[in-house]
Amino acid sequence: MAQAQGLGRRYIKAFFKGFFVAVPVTVTFLDRVACVARVEGASMQVFLEISFVYQEIKRCLFTDNSKPSLNPGGREASDVVLLNHWSIRNYDVQRGDIVSLVSPRNPEQKIIKRVIALEGDIIKTIGYKKKYVKVPHGHIWVEGDHHGHSFDSNAFGPVSLGLLHARATHILWPPQRWQKLQPMLPPERKPLHREQE
Amino acid sequence: MGARVVGTCGAGGWRRARWRAGRASWAPYHCRMLRNALGKAFRFLGYTVQYGCIAHCAFEYLGGIVVCSGPSMEPTIQNSDIVFSESLSRHFYCIRKGDIVIVKSPNDPKSNICKRVIGLEGDKVCTSNPSDFLKSHSYVPKGHVWLEGDNLRNSTDSRCYGPVPYGLIRGRICLKCRTQLGLYENVEHAAAHFNCYSLNFCLLYTP
Repeated sequence: MAQAQGLGRRYIKAFFKGFFVAVPVTVTFLDRVACVARVEGASMQVFLEISFVYQEIKRCLFTDNSKPSLNPGGREASDVVLLNHWSIRNYDVQRGDIVSLVSPRNPEQKIIKRVIALEGDIIKTIGYKKKYVKVPHGHIWVEGDHHGHSFDSNAFGPVSLGLLHARATHILWPPQRWQKLQPMLPPERKPLHREQE
Repeated sequence: MGARVVGTCGAGGWRRARWRAGRASWAPYHCRMLRNALGKAFRFLGYTVQYGCIAHCAFEYLGGIVVCSGPSMEPTIQNSDIVFSESLSRHFYCIRKGDIVIVKSPNDPKSNICKRVIGLEGDKVCTSNPSDFLKSHSYVPKGHVWLEGDNLRNSTDSRCYGPVPYGLIRGRICLKCRTQLGLYENVEHAAAHFNCYSLNFCLLYTP
């Protein structure tokens, strides 16, 4: 009887010890290193379809409207991508990277777009209130690959680098679309003038 | 009775000592030292990782201590004041008008700024300087907040860089640490001076 009680107490102690080790380490890893997400939407439809796997915990929704680079299968087959937080810990992104960021219009939502221009670049916009925009210091210009169906910088302007969440580095699912995502800038969207190389 | 107990312990102890000596004899001394040192190093690394992760979770989801610098929030927060910030309001989206918030700077993501929320999305705010004759107003866009420092004459805030997206808010300041500096002199030891700091906390007034 006493042995069973002692065993039960030991089990509870071991459980809590493991709990307090596993939960902070896992949460820190998912916040700081990498996480996996499923893409939804058509704005990056050529390339990615992403939506968050742990939606119920983080209450974030990825809507991604891109050209056929993500989610070519449409609604039936969503792409799953690996989001890398560690590579943007110093906020160094390149033109052509696919990044996820907090939506400037709705802070509960995360959007995934391609970086078109960095600070200091002058670009020609599609449907923005100004025809030519110089990206301010500390901001970037993001666009979805599917221009007609994309809620991106052409709608809300340059976004602050502080809203950057992660960089999408690999497509993990479906298996026939396993690939490493290379930074690729569409040639028609190159900036007119580059401040930095 | 007593002699029997001693006898049993003595025999058992002798057997244990023989077993330990047998085990130890095949492993050289420096190997054992290296194994011990490696074991200690791994345990230290494990504890460091575990406590680092707990600290990250605490700062990210609960709150932390912040040291403010600059004159833009005087007289509420002076230069080099220590304040406590909590992150729960940001995660549950209940930042209110009048809260003092820590925000990532829109122009430099690696630095933080500390201002008061003057307007939430949809509010009408005055965008011109106090010294201007003609006042201009605008509405705060969806998903943004309007920030201003308490020291309006010496503050670069939303009047300078526009409304700030809600996603840049890091935390809300809830407590300020009030420091009092007193100087005491010990009469018996003529050359001894010592300073005494007493810390007490005051709730920051948020209208």
